[in-house]
Amino acid sequence: MVWIGLVGALLFALWLTDNIDTEWMTTWAPFIVGGAGTTIFVCLVSIVLATVLAVLGAVARLSSNAILFSVSSLYVSLVRGTPLLVQIYFIFFALPQMGIRLDAVLAGILALGFNYGAYMTEIFRAGIQAVPGGQREAAQALGMPEHLVMRRVVLPQAVRIVIPAIGNDFIAMIKDSALISTIAVQELLWRAQRAGTRDFKTLQALLIAAAIYWALTIIFSYFQERLEKRMARGDR
Amino acid sequence: MTDTKLPDLGQRAATTTSGYESGTNLPSHIGDPIVKVEGLHKYFGTNHVLKGVDLEVRQREAVMVIGRSGSGKTTLLRCINFLEEPTIGAVEVDGVRVEADPLRARDRAHREQIRQIRLRAGMLFQEFNLFPHMSVLDNCIEAPTRVLGQPKPTAIERAEYYLEVVGLIEKRDEYPARLSGGQKQRVAIARALCMEPKVLLFDEPTSALDPELIGEVLRVMEDLAHGGTTMIVVTHEMHFAQEAADRVVFMEDGVVIEQGPPEQVLNDPRHQSTAHFLRRFLDE
Repeated sequence: MVWIGLVGALLFALWLTDNIDTEWMTTWAPFIVGGAGTTIFVCLVSIVLATVLAVLGAVARLSSNAILFSVSSLYVSLVRGTPLLVQIYFIFFALPQMGIRLDAVLAGILALGFNYGAYMTEIFRAGIQAVPGGQREAAQALGMPEHLVMRRVVLPQAVRIVIPAIGNDFIAMIKDSALISTIAVQELLWRAQRAGTRDFKTLQALLIAAAIYWALTIIFSYFQERLEKRMARGDR
Repeated sequence: MTDTKLPDLGQRAATTTSGYESGTNLPSHIGDPIVKVEGLHKYFGTNHVLKGVDLEVRQREAVMVIGRSGSGKTTLLRCINFLEEPTIGAVEVDGVRVEADPLRARDRAHREQIRQIRLRAGMLFQEFNLFPHMSVLDNCIEAPTRVLGQPKPTAIERAEYYLEVVGLIEKRDEYPARLSGGQKQRVAIARALCMEPKVLLFDEPTSALDPELIGEVLRVMEDLAHGGTTMIVVTHEMHFAQEAADRVVFMEDGVVIEQGPPEQVLNDPRHQSTAHFLRRFLDE
């Protein structure tokens, strides 16, 4: 309630400055909103890619195999040690020099997926370690080979533990995905900037984009909460 | 076993590793040896926890291991199915023999041998360790279907049979979170039985339970013991040992001090340290 009041007051103040062109906004809003579809699509595919990479990375990081451990550690260190924007540029602008030419959307998905995969590797590692040791022992005592212990007993419980963190990362990713507007993926921010610069209505355009990002995060936070509640069933 | 520093060991009774004096007749229901533990030592770092344990358990025999906490009895049990890798010695279960070899612990063939032992020796834990993300029935059929490759209907049929045995068939679709501690342990017993192991290893199965829930678990275990299930039980429940054991093994400081029929070890111990332990235990 207080929020609505505050936002209303802010908009009113903006309107007083006489910079708000509501007519322009209603004309261009559909075009900008159209970018939200691309944003969501890119983020959904990226979070799936990131989750797969994170599970593999975490299992490798906890494995006794020195090579797997090194590969996974290097991946995490490399990705966490460089800016996301550099990674996006690298995949889209630098790879073609090596003969690998990627579509902008694909490049964006790869960059976001690899980037978040590295952060989520650490989350999954912690999640796997948070599964009580007795679970692993019980599975081993039933004669399960190591891959079954992991796949059937440890990982399903680890996933429950990390669901909230993955949700957070997905929401963060929705916002970070704005960076791929720099490689001309026609997502939310790209469209807002296009429309804004065309008519010198940057303020209006960015207001619309910001509002949509905000709405998206609120919607996904709600779904995340529900998912968490559902996953909590059967626990304790 | 002979070179321990306990003073009263010089006068030890001449019991064999099977706990039965040579020449005596075994109780008729007892069969051939199925578990053999030979010269087992376990170090945790420099801490010498097991100092040469020999133990032989026969088919349909219920062996209860008693002793103070820290005497090595839980470690012994965990070494039998290699949840702890023993430092020296060998374990044989139903013909599968594995020598201790801590350096080879990650070798593939070695791990497979250990898995073969685990398939033959079911384990029950203090903390039950049911899988919380699976229903009672799924807990019971998980390993039979995925490890033994049983068809699902067969596995379900067996699981229902064993859930009946532990008296929890009506809970088959519940999740572990909705069960009491006693019920959880009974489901864990059913889960272990579903693998139809040659021997059940119980690691203090009632010590995490509220007092009023202990009875239901012990009753199931007693039924199994009388029904001819081979079991090795680490326990503090002396009355239960008295009732259900074919043989009681007393451990102290990493060695077996004495073993024999429950009425002898518990009522008429041959060793001072056993008597001392039992006296202190009954005082508590």
